[in-house]
Amino acid sequence: MNCVVDYGVGNIQAFLNMFKRIGVKAVRAHEPAMLLDAKRLILPGVGHFDHAMQKLNDSGLRSSLEQLVLEECIPILGVCVGMQMLARSSDEGILPGLNWIPGHVRAFEGNDQSAALPMPHMGWNSLHPRPTVNPLYKALNNMPEFYFLHSYFFDACDNDDVAATATYGFEFDAAVSRGHIHGVQFHPEKSHHWGEQLIKNFVEL
Amino acid sequence: MLRPRIIPCLLVHQGGLVKTRCFEEPKYVGDPINAVRIFNEKQADELLVLDIDATVNGVQPDFDLIAKLAAECRMPLCYGGGVTSAEQATRIVDMGVEKVAVSAAAIANPSLLTEIAASVGKQSVVAVLDIRRRMGLFATGYEVWTHNSKINHKHDALSLAKQLQDAGAGEIVINSVDRDGMMQGYDLELATQLKQVLKVPLTILGGAGSLNHFTELFERLGLVGAAAGSLFVFKGKYRAVLINYPAPLQKQKLTQLSVIS
Repeated sequence: MNCVVDYGVGNIQAFLNMFKRIGVKAVRAHEPAMLLDAKRLILPGVGHFDHAMQKLNDSGLRSSLEQLVLEECIPILGVCVGMQMLARSSDEGILPGLNWIPGHVRAFEGNDQSAALPMPHMGWNSLHPRPTVNPLYKALNNMPEFYFLHSYFFDACDNDDVAATATYGFEFDAAVSRGHIHGVQFHPEKSHHWGEQLIKNFVEL
Repeated sequence: MLRPRIIPCLLVHQGGLVKTRCFEEPKYVGDPINAVRIFNEKQADELLVLDIDATVNGVQPDFDLIAKLAAECRMPLCYGGGVTSAEQATRIVDMGVEKVAVSAAAIANPSLLTEIAASVGKQSVVAVLDIRRRMGLFATGYEVWTHNSKINHKHDALSLAKQLQDAGAGEIVINSVDRDGMMQGYDLELATQLKQVLKVPLTILGGAGSLNHFTELFERLGLVGAAAGSLFVFKGKYRAVLINYPAPLQKQKLTQLSVIS
């Protein structure tokens, strides 16, 4: 089953709506028992990094997720703050992240190259997937556009983990992938046919 | 590269969609869900849906309608109308809506934006200001109105916009009452002044009557949201109802002028 992890943060319904539109079954998983037959996981997230981490830590779901992702290698897609939670740490808080993909989440604010631009980074931006073969970006090589809404971005330690970049004052890591662990800063659930393609690709992983 | 957003604004009145002129004469233009489906097909950048009854009638947002809109919407959705508490905003976001717009309640109590931002994140909080030019022989500047332009708050628009940004709004939407439905172009002077004082994304609504009006706005302001009602629901001088939106290539041309990397 495709499970949208409901730890009390993030737009779960937006993903369920999207799955329904593309005709793929998915459930909201808010307790460990619901993750038992998970075949794929979506980790959403909005708002503050620490708030999201705290809610996940308190949800009782974290150890099940670690089992599924780290032991059973179930594909997972972190979205927005859900992507940032894959990192080791964040400028936005003091709690440690999941540290599944080494990286630190940085603020746009304080960066000279984006200082003159509106903040948050909001709107449709072109995504540049890396030319490496990554099945998550199948049929998304022709300058796809995705909807972004964020003030912090993932800065991956290892360049090989960067799946796609976008530019806002400077080029930043807009998507990361390490094996079966994926994160996207943008919102595929609200990005028209490009987002649908990405989610379709994800459910084929 | 990020490009400016082109945003259809839909007004909900008595369960249907309407379009007004200077906030008066609501004309029925169709069914909300059907309109969302058409804007999905046309790949609109975002949708702004404002319930113009909720605040004046003092009622809650129509949560059933919001849930239906969110289920249908393939693009980011911003809902406004009758939101007076962080609980309501959270409930709306939980339905699959990206952004919640607040106007009258935030003007009466800017700390409401702080509360909503703490619950759903600043990026999902939008402050909408209905603005009119000050009247009178020697009057200058702009005032903020609420309740479908029936109540004048006398606040200076620029300082209030700044105050609401600092209180927790992640986006400011400006609606020019005098230009609503007139299709004669945006108030570029007001837009420019606001752009200079705000750090958060700014969206301008009121006055767009042709695609050239978007070009004017983008040339002047660069990264900005351009919202429009009449332009996207009417065709021709007799205002025949026909939902429309620039085709992807057309949109690319319109927005590439001011693209900022």
